[in-house]
Amino acid sequence: MSASTDDTPATSGPSRMNAARLAAILLPVAILLLAVAGWEAVVHLNEIPPYILPAPSQIAATLVKDWPVLFGSLLVTLRITFLALFAAVVGGVLLAILFAQSRWIELSFFPFAVILQVTPIVAIAPLLLIYLEPGTAVLVCAFLVAFFPILSNTALGLASADHNLRDLFDLYGASRFKQLVYLRLPAALPYFLGGLRIGGGLALIGAIVAEIAAGTAGQGSGLAFRIIESGYRLNIPRMFAALFLISVAGILIFLLFTALSHLLLHRWHESARKREA
Amino acid sequence: MTLASLSPTLADREPVVSLSGVGKTFSNGTVALENLDLDVFPGEFLSLLGPSGCGKSTALRLMAGLGRATRGEVSIARHDPGEHRGDIGFVFQEPTLMPWATVADNVWLPLRLKGVSRAKADAVIRDSLALVGLASFAGAYPRELSGGMKMRVSIARALATKPSILLMDEPFAALDEITRFKLNDDLLRLKAELGCTVVFVTHSVYESVYMSSRIVVMAARPGRVVSTIDVDAPMPRSESFRATPRYAELCREASAALHGAMAPDDHL
Ligand SMILES: Nc1ncnc2c1ncn2[C@@H]1O[C@H](COP(=O)(O)OP(=O)(O)OP(=O)(O)O)[C@@H](O)[C@H]1O
Ligand SMILES: [Mg+2]
Repeated sequence: MSASTDDTPATSGPSRMNAARLAAILLPVAILLLAVAGWEAVVHLNEIPPYILPAPSQIAATLVKDWPVLFGSLLVTLRITFLALFAAVVGGVLLAILFAQSRWIELSFFPFAVILQVTPIVAIAPLLLIYLEPGTAVLVCAFLVAFFPILSNTALGLASADHNLRDLFDLYGASRFKQLVYLRLPAALPYFLGGLRIGGGLALIGAIVAEIAAGTAGQGSGLAFRIIESGYRLNIPRMFAALFLISVAGILIFLLFTALSHLLLHRWHESARKREA
Repeated sequence: MTLASLSPTLADREPVVSLSGVGKTFSNGTVALENLDLDVFPGEFLSLLGPSGCGKSTALRLMAGLGRATRGEVSIARHDPGEHRGDIGFVFQEPTLMPWATVADNVWLPLRLKGVSRAKADAVIRDSLALVGLASFAGAYPRELSGGMKMRVSIARALATKPSILLMDEPFAALDEITRFKLNDDLLRLKAELGCTVVFVTHSVYESVYMSSRIVVMAARPGRVVSTIDVDAPMPRSESFRATPRYAELCREASAALHGAMAPDDHL
């Protein structure tokens, strides 16, 4: 059968780089540059000694000079962060799928996940250090903080699949497994990615906090350990350099998951679509 | 009119779907249906007509085996339930598309669930989409379509399995009149081709008369059948049917029945 009134998509014009988007990048950069320049000026004009407040130029110099040490520590911190996040993703998603199978399982186990979440990580870390190697303890701490947002977001997403679509799957006799794969997991994807973005940031925080707690044990070699170590030696520029690297790592993790989210959702999900004027 | 006045050819046959004494009370206490008797006979085109909120969607869902009746019996004759359910095409009142899948993948869904590969389903997908006039939108996402276009994708999906029972909940409500008339004709032609049974919910008296072999008029609070109208005009119908005196007469009759079914505060 043919349709005489077939609709055809109209072709869209070339996308223009609009001024608003450019401003969104240029404005914060300009403000950052101004702030750094102001800082530099204040330090030089008042002749503040570096052990009280180092100038940005000196922090940059330290970053270059101590790069081998700092970069090694950055890798250690990133490794812990991503290992913890990976474990949190695997654990959180599997547990969320388990919760989605039965209300009873969810009711029985969810409170424990909440307890783990609301107990401050700084309070758990010293305890973990008694039972575990410092490296493992740090990893477990980072895992614990990243786990909950991924679990709760994914569980919410799995439960949010459209009821009519679920009826449709029932109507066509789809097995639970097919419902999971074709309906509930895709429906949960935006929620999961939201959880991943929060979890990614938290895993880094968890890794730093736990390492600070473990720092006195002298076993660490991540960025948090470098900060504590430099503090003992009154090497303030290096403290700032390590802090700078932690911020950069956090920003990169955020950007990475934002990009991943956009890549996976931009064709279909409201959150990632441009609003038409 | 009552069931007894049905044409003998229909009444003699086993109904494909039969609701007897069916009541449906939702968990919040809303009584959507009360003592509903309705038989659907093979090959007929049955329209459900009634004011908004009278339980048309609820009744249609029960016919598909979606949701359980609180009272009474829903029976689906001469099929075991598993087999029957695969044989139903259902168009929800909302488009109900998967937002993460393209139009073509949405239409593929019922076949995919039956284990048909995308390559094998391709011809069917293209035919179904061509039927609703959306062949060139196969790669688009539901977000990128208008309300009426989404609804047409939903119709194409229901047709993909060539079902023997087609249950449609106001499928054409969001369409302009020209497209609506065209799809009315397409649906009638398709029904003749597939030889399927259609239950069709509509708000439009004219549409129900043009399309149906039988119109069931329902009233609200509680939802029940108040009258049945046999549309006795011969089946291959075309635009010229709309100009006949019989059509006008049936429209008046259906309209009167609908007015009779409406409480003062009801809305179409
Ligand atoms: N899930 C639900 N929970 C509670 N009440 C419901 C639910 N679905 C429908 N109802 C109620 O049942 C009644 C019948 O609803 P139904 O959707 O079947 O009406 P309808 O005839 O299809 O109306 P419309 O023409 O507006 O689509 C309404 O009063 C409605 O409020
Ligand atoms: Mg309805």
